[in-house]
Amino acid sequence: MSWHRKHLLDIESLTAEEITLVLDTARAFKAVGERAIKKVPALRGKTVVNLFVEPSTRTRTSFELSEQRLSADIVNFNTEASSLKKGETLKDTARNLEALNIDFIDIRHSASGAPHFLARVLNASVINAGDGAHEHPTQALLDAFTIREKKGRIAGLNVTILGDILYSRVARSDIWALTKMGAKVTLCGPSTLVPRVFEQMGVRVTHDVEEAIRDADIINLLRIQHERQRKAAFPSLGEYTSLFGLNQARLARTKPDALIMHPGPINRGVEIDSAIADCDRSLVLQQVTNGLAVRMAVLFLVNGGKGPQEVAP
Amino acid sequence: MPESALILNPAAMQRALTRIAHEIAERNESGGEVVIVGIQRGGVPLGQRLGGLLAGIWGHAVPTGSLDVSMHRDDLDRRAAPHVQPTVIPFDVTGKTVVLVDDVLFSGRTIRAAMDALNDFGRPRCIQLAVLIDRGHRELPIKADFVGKNVPTAPTERVRVRLAEMGGADEVVIEK
Repeated sequence: MSWHRKHLLDIESLTAEEITLVLDTARAFKAVGERAIKKVPALRGKTVVNLFVEPSTRTRTSFELSEQRLSADIVNFNTEASSLKKGETLKDTARNLEALNIDFIDIRHSASGAPHFLARVLNASVINAGDGAHEHPTQALLDAFTIREKKGRIAGLNVTILGDILYSRVARSDIWALTKMGAKVTLCGPSTLVPRVFEQMGVRVTHDVEEAIRDADIINLLRIQHERQRKAAFPSLGEYTSLFGLNQARLARTKPDALIMHPGPINRGVEIDSAIADCDRSLVLQQVTNGLAVRMAVLFLVNGGKGPQEVAP
Repeated sequence: MPESALILNPAAMQRALTRIAHEIAERNESGGEVVIVGIQRGGVPLGQRLGGLLAGIWGHAVPTGSLDVSMHRDDLDRRAAPHVQPTVIPFDVTGKTVVLVDDVLFSGRTIRAAMDALNDFGRPRCIQLAVLIDRGHRELPIKADFVGKNVPTAPTERVRVRLAEMGGADEVVIEK
């Protein structure tokens, strides 16, 4: 099968075959990154706008570098220095950019659904780089790639996602990707941040961290999303850390081959002990390397073919 | 069901490859400078077979690699993205005689892409091209140095190389 979607807006609408195609393609692009010449001409002459209306280090740099390595031309949109500060709407901003005949927009925005909106009003291909608390598709794809690379498969693995699930777009995208690929997903955190309603997504919910990590093959830690919480979800960071933080004692009770993941940025000493973040069971930096390969793969696939327009409802 | 005619049976295919190997050896006296790069997908098993045959002739192993050209194609705008296969070239190509190997030579665009892709790995002293089947209809000024069989075809016909390594009956057929 081939990729026929004009956009990548979410994981929810993808099939397991499509996810596998992205992972297989990413494997080839990872090899490109290990050569002396890390560039291929696949997107030569195409113009990509990086429209990041929310702060980002990893994702933004990763998208920029992946576009450069595909030989595309890049326009970086800096919110602070733009007319968005003068009150120009997102739609007008995007339409003005489109008047420059751009081919792709990678958008990160604090409003859930912003990429889907742009996909309806623009001709360019839209890649969701994170929309509000809704989804972060390329993060989930790189997480899936990392898991598959390390464990040889995703189906049947026990994956525990630990932390602020409620406000996390990474959690939602990960849940979609992992369940579609057959993993057994457990969510864990304070009951204020991990409500039982998530069970409807086909995952197990527990508020007992020991139980959550005991049989895990992969433990994916999430940061407390301060910027998205409207009121404090727990009494103090110290309380969160003592009840849910991954410390040495808890790590000792995990399976010896369980691996640790984190999308970044890490709050050292909060959701994870500083030493654990740097230990050899931590895949954090490999996730970053894999993110580059996955984003190159996504752009390569989305670029191909002008199949039926795929716009999420 | 497309009408198909057999062009090469397994024995004929093996004879053709043996002859190509001897032609490569005849053309390149210094076997030590020759490396083989098979183009994904059909050229890869053929490249490995040629590598084995040349090792028999020269008495030493011949470095053999595989090259995927998907990222260098000139038609990425007008078709769904191709499936990308592994590129494994675990040796330096700079200063070497690279023998590119493919199963069917048609428009020549795959070979153009292969030369561009190979360029990113180094600067060969020269590149030679070995193909099992040359079916004509070149769209670029590209020519094979070593040919298993020349097969005149109509543009709408399809030439299928079904190698044993890829689950086939080790034959070449032409389909109308």
